[in-house]
Amino acid sequence: MNNLLLLPILIPLFTAVILIFLNRFTVASRWVSVLSLLSTVFVSVLLFQKVRTDGIQTLNLGNWEAPFGITLVSDMLSALLVLTTSVIAFACCLYSFRAIGEEREKFYYYSILQFLIVGINGAFTTGDIFNLFVFFEVMLMSSYVLLVLGGTKAQLRESVKYILVNIISSSLFVITVAYLYSVVGTLNMAHISTRIAEVGQPGILTVIAVLFLIVFGLKGAIFPLYFWLPGSYYAPPAPVLALFGALLTKVGVYSIMRTYTLFFPHDPGYTHELLGVLAVITIIVGIIGALAYWDIKKIIIYNIIVAVGVILFGVSVNTTESLTGAIFYLIHDMLIKAALFLLVGVVIAITGTSNLKKISGLIKNYPLLGWMFLLSALALAGIPPLSGFVGKLLIIKSGFEAEAYWGAGIVLMSSLLVLFSVMKIFINGFWGIHRTYEKEEKAPVSWLLISPAILVIISVLYGVGAELVYPYILEAAETLTNPSTYINAVMKE
Amino acid sequence: MEIVMAFVVGIIFMAATYLMLSKSLLRIIIGTGLLSHGTHLLVLTMGGLKNGAAPLLGEHAAQYNDPLPQALILTAIVIAFGVTSFFLVLAYRAYQELGTDNMDRLRGTKINE
Amino acid sequence: MRTNDLILQTVTKVILFIILLFSIHLFFAGHYYPGGGFIGGLMTAGALVLLLLAFDMKTVANILPVNYRIMTAIGLLFSIGTGAGSLLFNVPFLTHAFNDVYLPILGKTSLHTAVLFDIGVYLVVIGVTMTIIQTIGEDE
Repeated sequence: MNNLLLLPILIPLFTAVILIFLNRFTVASRWVSVLSLLSTVFVSVLLFQKVRTDGIQTLNLGNWEAPFGITLVSDMLSALLVLTTSVIAFACCLYSFRAIGEEREKFYYYSILQFLIVGINGAFTTGDIFNLFVFFEVMLMSSYVLLVLGGTKAQLRESVKYILVNIISSSLFVITVAYLYSVVGTLNMAHISTRIAEVGQPGILTVIAVLFLIVFGLKGAIFPLYFWLPGSYYAPPAPVLALFGALLTKVGVYSIMRTYTLFFPHDPGYTHELLGVLAVITIIVGIIGALAYWDIKKIIIYNIIVAVGVILFGVSVNTTESLTGAIFYLIHDMLIKAALFLLVGVVIAITGTSNLKKISGLIKNYPLLGWMFLLSALALAGIPPLSGFVGKLLIIKSGFEAEAYWGAGIVLMSSLLVLFSVMKIFINGFWGIHRTYEKEEKAPVSWLLISPAILVIISVLYGVGAELVYPYILEAAETLTNPSTYINAVMKE
Repeated sequence: MEIVMAFVVGIIFMAATYLMLSKSLLRIIIGTGLLSHGTHLLVLTMGGLKNGAAPLLGEHAAQYNDPLPQALILTAIVIAFGVTSFFLVLAYRAYQELGTDNMDRLRGTKINE
Repeated sequence: MRTNDLILQTVTKVILFIILLFSIHLFFAGHYYPGGGFIGGLMTAGALVLLLLAFDMKTVANILPVNYRIMTAIGLLFSIGTGAGSLLFNVPFLTHAFNDVYLPILGKTSLHTAVLFDIGVYLVVIGVTMTIIQTIGEDE
């Protein structure tokens, strides 16, 4: 029992409620919000320390024994992801001060942001499959509000579709949980894992596995189910986009990772093969999108899809090494995507457009912005020694070792094309003839650059210090490949 | 009994799908509501249908009902209630702002119209 | 055309209190029997909606000058606060405490921290439902 692992959920929840009262005082709500996220980061670091020294932490809510009540579980993977989430949320909140506008701030923006963090941190921490659904819904509800906040025509139109897609996927989630409950008779994830191991995953469980893939795939935007993502993510302003792009899809990816390693490792010939094929097609589709568009937002949005494919390919290979790579790349991608979207937000704030053909020569007046963009673009593509490299190296290496030559080859090729797609932005937008833009004078560039700078620095350190981080990521991956440690920690037999 | 329920749930899902495929936004919302009702019935069926006594109120009966699916349904109903009402308000706002509830006219992703 | 809703208005004035009383009964019954904060809150909200139907929005806002968003926030604070209270005693979040206490008039009563949590739920449900109704019903 350790209440520490609840705090990254509870602090944002409390703050969200307090911010409803503080709604009229914009300045106060900004600082309360940022301070609370800072303390969430602090608590997450403490939690990470605790997990590092004492192993997996569990908390039985309401003091009900493990398989009967709701259990929160914090292993290395979830502690790392909670930490990353808190850092990104902190950066995005700081960025919002000057980017989001009074109008949205008055409509409970900061409060909803905190609710979003509650949902995401909760989804990473929970050890109960139905509770995962509840946290998903908390997260989705907040994302609906964030998406529609501001009420422009494009936002209204996109949120209608986004909500419809997510309602259907939520219903499928409940249906899947119902099927799973009727087969194994429990909802505690560790307990489900032991029950499935006892019955040895007959056909019906494979069906459930595929249903889970559909449910989480809709959230994580894998191949046939990614269609809603480019349109919906295009509508909201930069800080919201950064939160969505960095965190929401990754919750889906995390859930696939968790369920496929904990519940369904018994029939990889079907489930993991399917996941692998879909992941590879996802990469290809994402690449095509990223290359085709001349819109900086769209290019980065399609890169989300590529990254999801790369991570899931690592999951589908299903060895300790490939999972290490997948987790490494997951954390890298969360950081760098947030940084890139925030930088794109700065570019749009300066130029007033996201059309690449109308932008050029930015590096003359904004050298810091230019270099930070270059650095994160290189990191995204996985140029050593930046953070994308280690993860991709591990994924590709293990892919070749597992004789998945096609997949590994495509991941390898994708790095090159991703590099091309982001370099296109750099070459056309930052080089070339210097132009002046209408809104240029008003843009609060120096403030807006603080948050991406924090994220880029963390990401560079994460890449350069890979040697130091590696043992923890390895520990996280070992917990995934060896579910018995997780089960023993929860059930305490 | 489970077989009957399976058919009922299937018919509800069918109707929900039909409604969600239509063009009017209001019908789509009704369809999502119907979909979540179907889901709740399915959860109830999956927990097993039997004539047991209410659980947790003493050990007097031979057979008890499984309380867990009911708890799940209650949670899911509350969530569906919230989502549906949000969707309804959003659709109303979208109708005011965009002047249509026809999904065909809501197409396209161009930002500056 | 002005509709004549005299009957509705007169009936509402009587029925409103019956519904409110019944909702409070449901709320307190909730600990051992069917009922509880959610149902009680919904029923209270139902009573308020009836009031809105019978009279118009302005009249109701004059009778009950309540900001329902703040009400939701207070409810949430109650619920989370009750749960978080268990952190002070170093037991897991949401751990439930209860005791039998002798109260004047009521006699021996069992008091539960779950009731505090339920009051939160009750307030949240009323707040949220009324906010939704008001948002849709605001503009004619």
